[in-house]
Amino acid sequence: MSNETAPSGFLLTTVEDFAGWARKSSIWPVTFGLACCAIEMMAAGASRFDLARYGMEVFRASPRQADLMIVAGRVSQKMAPIVRQVYDQMAEPKWVLSMGVCASSGGMFNNYAIVQGVDHVVPVDIYLPGCPPRPEMLINAINELQRQMQKEPLLTHRREVVKAVEAAALEATPTHQMKGLLR
Amino acid sequence: MTENPKKPGPIAEMLAPVAGFGVTFANLFRPVVTEQYPFEKVPTKPRYHGRHQLNRYPDGLEKCIGCELCAWACPADAIYVEGGDNADLPEGAHVSPGERYGRVYQINYLRCIFCGLCIEACPTRALTMTNDYELAGPTREGMIFEKDDLLAPLREGMLAGPHPMVEGTEDLEYYRGEITGPTQAQVDWVRERRPDDASLDAAAKATVAAPDANGGTR
Repeated sequence: MSNETAPSGFLLTTVEDFAGWARKSSIWPVTFGLACCAIEMMAAGASRFDLARYGMEVFRASPRQADLMIVAGRVSQKMAPIVRQVYDQMAEPKWVLSMGVCASSGGMFNNYAIVQGVDHVVPVDIYLPGCPPRPEMLINAINELQRQMQKEPLLTHRREVVKAVEAAALEATPTHQMKGLLR
Repeated sequence: MTENPKKPGPIAEMLAPVAGFGVTFANLFRPVVTEQYPFEKVPTKPRYHGRHQLNRYPDGLEKCIGCELCAWACPADAIYVEGGDNADLPEGAHVSPGERYGRVYQINYLRCIFCGLCIEACPTRALTMTNDYELAGPTREGMIFEKDDLLAPLREGMLAGPHPMVEGTEDLEYYRGEITGPTQAQVDWVRERRPDDASLDAAAKATVAAPDANGGTR
């Protein structure tokens, strides 16, 4: 079915709701611990915080069976191509959670060895600050991501959203007019 | 010694394959350790390093004087401060007591490592940390918190700035903690310029007398 003849309206909304519910209800993360954040990620999976409550207890070693890449820790220049390869091997639909300040922006390691934000390598859906973030923060970020997944648009709705995003980007304040860190 | 004293007897040997289930069974009667996080939040330790907050004096003026010491102390270069002169504000208004105030204040939470060195550096206790840790966001720009995101909300009885300092005082009285609330003169000043200000009514009820400039412990 081409996008031109795709259904819209009530039917699509229902399908969207169902797909969103199904996608968010058992996210399987790919094992991707790079540094100390991984310890907190493991704690989130263990009995005290128990990610199994969200159907997330299976951290997959194979990217082909995973939906979510939790980049936990600093990404060195040498690791960057591997991060990208693992991301490419994951099947669609897929999401990326950048856990901790080092993965999100390089954090306090503003030097030649560390990629200044994993979003230089893969598209990131949600950023999680903290050094390292406590397991509750990770669960909170996952909840935010689940909210995003539930609202993920399909077919015609997706095109409308893309159009709206483009319009918003055109109207946004250009970076050279921003102050300080926002510049 | 011919026989190993630790060798299990025949009954123990027979039960060995199912002994592991005993551990599982015993755990059925232990208390549950799982925290139901988003539904029941277990409070952090009281001095947990969470999101920052920019505090205010009891009369509503900001404590931040734009000195940039927090930005200098920050090991991750996460803080950006730009100071402004209170003298440049019209009609003797002040954002903070003294000469300067923080005109731009930004913390990049994608750099901040929550070490608390900025809190130690702050000379006026303007910057402190809350226990709030729910900070995740979808964009990089959104994780740079600006001054309005960080500023503490007005407590009941505080008067929203900018407005003049308490009459007859200098910044020293503020630093000593001699200011306990807004004075009638400050309320009148704001009522004349911004009659629709939301904090006016509560502040008018909570007015106090200005501290005696010559008395006290100077």
